[in-house]
Amino acid sequence: MTSVLYDVPGPRARARSRVISLLGIVLIAGGLVALVVVLGLPKASANGAVQPGLWDASRWDVFNDVQVWRTLGIGALNTLRMAAVAAVLALIVGVLFSFGRAADSAWVRIPTTVVLEFFRGMPVLLMMLFILLVFSTGSFWAGVSALAVYNGAIIGEALRAGIKALPSGQREAGLAIGLTPVATRFRIEFPQAFRQMLPIIIAQLVVLLKDTSLAFVVGYNELLRSGNYNLSQFFGNRYQFSFFFVVLVIYLAMNLSLSWLARIIARRTGSQSGGVTATDTTKGPAKPGDPNLVYANALGAQSKGQY
Amino acid sequence: MDAVIDNLPTFLEGFRNTLGLLALAGIGAFILGIVVAAMRISPVGSFRAFATVYTEIVRNTPLTLVLFFCAYLLPYLQFSPGYFQLAAIGLTVYTSPFVAEALRSGVNGVHVGQAEAARSIGLTFGQTLSFIVMPQAVRMVIPPLINVFIALAKNTSVAGAFFVFELFGAARQITNDRGDAVIAILLAVAVFYLIITIPLGLVAGRIEKKVAVLR
Repeated sequence: MTSVLYDVPGPRARARSRVISLLGIVLIAGGLVALVVVLGLPKASANGAVQPGLWDASRWDVFNDVQVWRTLGIGALNTLRMAAVAAVLALIVGVLFSFGRAADSAWVRIPTTVVLEFFRGMPVLLMMLFILLVFSTGSFWAGVSALAVYNGAIIGEALRAGIKALPSGQREAGLAIGLTPVATRFRIEFPQAFRQMLPIIIAQLVVLLKDTSLAFVVGYNELLRSGNYNLSQFFGNRYQFSFFFVVLVIYLAMNLSLSWLARIIARRTGSQSGGVTATDTTKGPAKPGDPNLVYANALGAQSKGQY
Repeated sequence: MDAVIDNLPTFLEGFRNTLGLLALAGIGAFILGIVVAAMRISPVGSFRAFATVYTEIVRNTPLTLVLFFCAYLLPYLQFSPGYFQLAAIGLTVYTSPFVAEALRSGVNGVHVGQAEAARSIGLTFGQTLSFIVMPQAVRMVIPPLINVFIALAKNTSVAGAFFVFELFGAARQITNDRGDAVIAILLAVAVFYLIITIPLGLVAGRIEKKVAVLR
């Protein structure tokens, strides 16, 4: 993108951009170092007592305790368990919603649309509280069902968009060979829509994993509650920052690896979902004899490559 | 129903605070997002790397953790301008990478042929951006940007769990008082949220349709 916007830089421009880049590195690194140093300074609190800085060994010695790691591990497992159950349910809810919204009969379609808009426009946290208080399910199922319904609504919308984006010939062909409308939807349209929308669905599952931390508020012992809240209440305020730091790292490790997986799958399905037409156009004419065709293809490839 | 009507002033106060958080964090995230997006498409390598790392880290941190940091750890580090402001800071930081991504995808969404054509008729970098790329990018950016703000409106509810009295906080307080009318109270709160999110969604959909015609 950027390479189109300006000419190829000459030696002077390159030198200048190198200088700016170096300045930027110095600026950013300096800011980070300053932040670390300021956090590490000993602090005087309001009553005059001086506490050691945040990187002081006395603030990190709890991590020698195996029980701390055990608690963190159980918290992480609880988070993953809630995410796994909610993800499976969200996929099921999403499929149901997508069928409801793409239904032929208005008696199904319109109520589904209203319910779906309602769920999409409401905060997950409010839904958790609602389920917890009204159905008294306990915090685990309150969190799971709220996450399943909310993310299911979004996945359903994505799937519906996928079904709608298919060429109408797919459905017509299914009907023409004698499949019932339901069978056409299940066996022809839905598998294609699902594959097309897989990147969006997985991105939504990353959001779901992040949102399990909301169950903190309804009292479920997931990673944030057990790591940040319970442990720092038990061991005292001095370890608060250390616990926060470790919990942050665990969350980042979980979410980044899932995002990374999502990206790989997106790339793989992206090249597949192009299907017949895409491979045909990129391959170009079978016989590269016609100079007009070759020339057109070369132009197209050029623009594509820079994009 | 009477539980809702009796507590209407409390609801309205919560609604006002929700709107305040939305406005404050929305403006803050927009400004911060522009800065991050500019760094991300800038020719300077170190800025680009910094913005990428920032986006990846903040996007993969749960909002609850960010607000936990703001509500518990910033006061502990002797920075305490009040919980409302702290929550606004947390929401700003959390939303900014999403704004930046929406802006960046808009700029990237302009077809490269447009920029090529502009360059080939001799426009400079600044002219290409301001006359050709940006006018198209802005139109494409508005619907995803509105979606980011809808998500922000829903995310303000998390601040209610961290000592801010907004709609979710109001819901918690009133359901504590009136345990007999939980369903009515929570539905009323949901309606208040829908008052914000559904019109925004309709606006986004309408703009999207308009842009689709123009393209």
